Amino acid sequence: MGTKLIELRNIEKSFGDHEVLSGIDLYIRENEFITLLGPSGCGKTTTLRLIGGFDSPDTGDVLFDGRRINEIPPHRRSVNTVFQRYALFPHLNVFENVAFGLRIQKLSKEEIKDRVSRILKLVDLTGFGPRHIDSLSGGQQQRVAIARALVNQPRVLLLDEPLGALDMKLRREMQIELKNMQRQVGITFIYVTHDQEEALTMSDTVVVMNDGRIQQIGTPEDIYNEPNNRFVAQFIGKSNIIEGTMIRDKEVSFCGRAFPCVDGGFGENVPVDVVLRPEDIELSDPEGGQLQGVVSDVVFKGIHYEMLIDCQDHALTVQSTRMREPGKQVGISVGPEEIHVMPREAAL
Amino acid sequence: MKKTSWLAGPYLIWMALFIVIPLLMILVYAVIQDGTVSLAAFLKFMQPVYLKVLGRSLWLALLATAICLVMGYPAAMFIAGREKAVRNLLLMLFLVPMWMNFLLRTYAWMTLLGNNGLINRFLGFLGLPAMDLMYNDVAVVLGMVYNFLPFMVLPIYTVLHRMDRSLIEAARDLGANSAGVFAKVTLPLSMPGIASGITMVFMPAVSTFVISRLLGGGQYMLIGNLVEQQFLVQGDWNFGSAISMILIVVILVSMGIMSRFEKGEQGGVTPW
Repeated sequence: MGTKLIELRNIEKSFGDHEVLSGIDLYIRENEFITLLGPSGCGKTTTLRLIGGFDSPDTGDVLFDGRRINEIPPHRRSVNTVFQRYALFPHLNVFENVAFGLRIQKLSKEEIKDRVSRILKLVDLTGFGPRHIDSLSGGQQQRVAIARALVNQPRVLLLDEPLGALDMKLRREMQIELKNMQRQVGITFIYVTHDQEEALTMSDTVVVMNDGRIQQIGTPEDIYNEPNNRFVAQFIGKSNIIEGTMIRDKEVSFCGRAFPCVDGGFGENVPVDVVLRPEDIELSDPEGGQLQGVVSDVVFKGIHYEMLIDCQDHALTVQSTRMREPGKQVGISVGPEEIHVMPREAAL
Repeated sequence: MKKTSWLAGPYLIWMALFIVIPLLMILVYAVIQDGTVSLAAFLKFMQPVYLKVLGRSLWLALLATAICLVMGYPAAMFIAGREKAVRNLLLMLFLVPMWMNFLLRTYAWMTLLGNNGLINRFLGFLGLPAMDLMYNDVAVVLGMVYNFLPFMVLPIYTVLHRMDRSLIEAARDLGANSAGVFAKVTLPLSMPGIASGITMVFMPAVSTFVISRLLGGGQYMLIGNLVEQQFLVQGDWNFGSAISMILIVVILVSMGIMSRFEKGEQGGVTPW
């Protein structure tokens, strides 16, 4: 992974009385696929617009290659954007949409033709040049928007929920394609989404945001396996969050029993939150488990069954490929590696 | 749809009685003279004296339309760029004069421009010689611009107001400066509004007879006055009808040209 390309330093931004971003500190490296992930209204799009140049921060600095760019307008930044609803020019055909930026740079006809056809090939739209925007499907419009941005050879591509309007199957395909494109062109992608699966699939780095603040920055594995707080644990994937007590390093108690774990550094007898992922909980015969519970609900999800297990006043969500009848007594076990301990947060 | 289509009945009858039949009658009067089919009325029009009237009508209407466009487009852009409260106020100011009687508005210009009008009295007050402001082309064009300017501003405003802001951001993102954004995105996308505006100013301007009568004077002839004269003074209904048909063709042709620009999803939206 390359060196720091973009840096946001202590950014604050409000619209009227509404504080949208507070204390944002973030750096983005060269050739990185970084995703800003969070629920709507968390400030992820505003962060993207600060980098694109469509808004400027109230306080703090945006640095590009070490240079402060707060006041540089969008048309003088080597950054291009794929807009949420594509924002393709309806009065131009596919070729002219893609050539828009090149024509402004006043490149020669041959070069424009050459670069447009190469980029159309990259997004798998060879031969679509003369087509009208209205005649394209959503997925094709999406590709035109990407081509229109990439053809300018920006150092950074900003993508604002670009797959939001596509159906599930197309989304999945485009996720893989986008990742491939990023590898092929070798530039930084900054991707905004509220879809955690999308973020985990594509990113090198995920930035989880909520309420205008960064909650956690890390690789998809880090974010999933070692969430910093309740928000991250609940937003990324499904999780059981149980109140427990850290007895000492590598030993935590919850549901009335002590478990060996791998976390430490909390101190002794400290209240903590314990995160158990539904797929990490093992079910067995009642005698074989560390805890005992009763199945209260079963839902078939395709690859697995999702079951609710009542255990000591907690309803644990458990995923398993083997179905247990509702009302059945089961044993519950969790390995030390599968237990994730977080500092206890004040009840919300 | 089918079940309620009878509700359009009253209008269809209205249209037949007061639009289709009168048009057919004009056509009949234009081509039938003394009981035989004849193009004499049309041939009569092909004289320099009448062609000059047509030419002048077209020229003045085009001039008024061009002035309305040059004044109206920036105005529409200005209004569309304001906040909602300011926008509504400005639109209101544009519309308030339209609530006043058309004749009254035109008479008002007579009291401004006349030999003893406000402007000349003000010039006299300053010790300057009086000017001939009335009864010329300038006064007629002024009257047209004044009366028809809102018809230019409103459709352009509507299109600009509805334009997707993200298109402008996209153009800036792709390297266009303000002038580039206007030339490559805003202007082309507002073509439907411009086309509606041009049609809605040009049509009444080319066929007006009140403005030319009041501000151009009794001897002043535009094609509208010519038609009026045939029916009311000369009593030559055949010739009057023929001129009307020619005017209809002129307007149809101009609408045909304009409608080529009105296509596209933004649509030429006319507020009336």
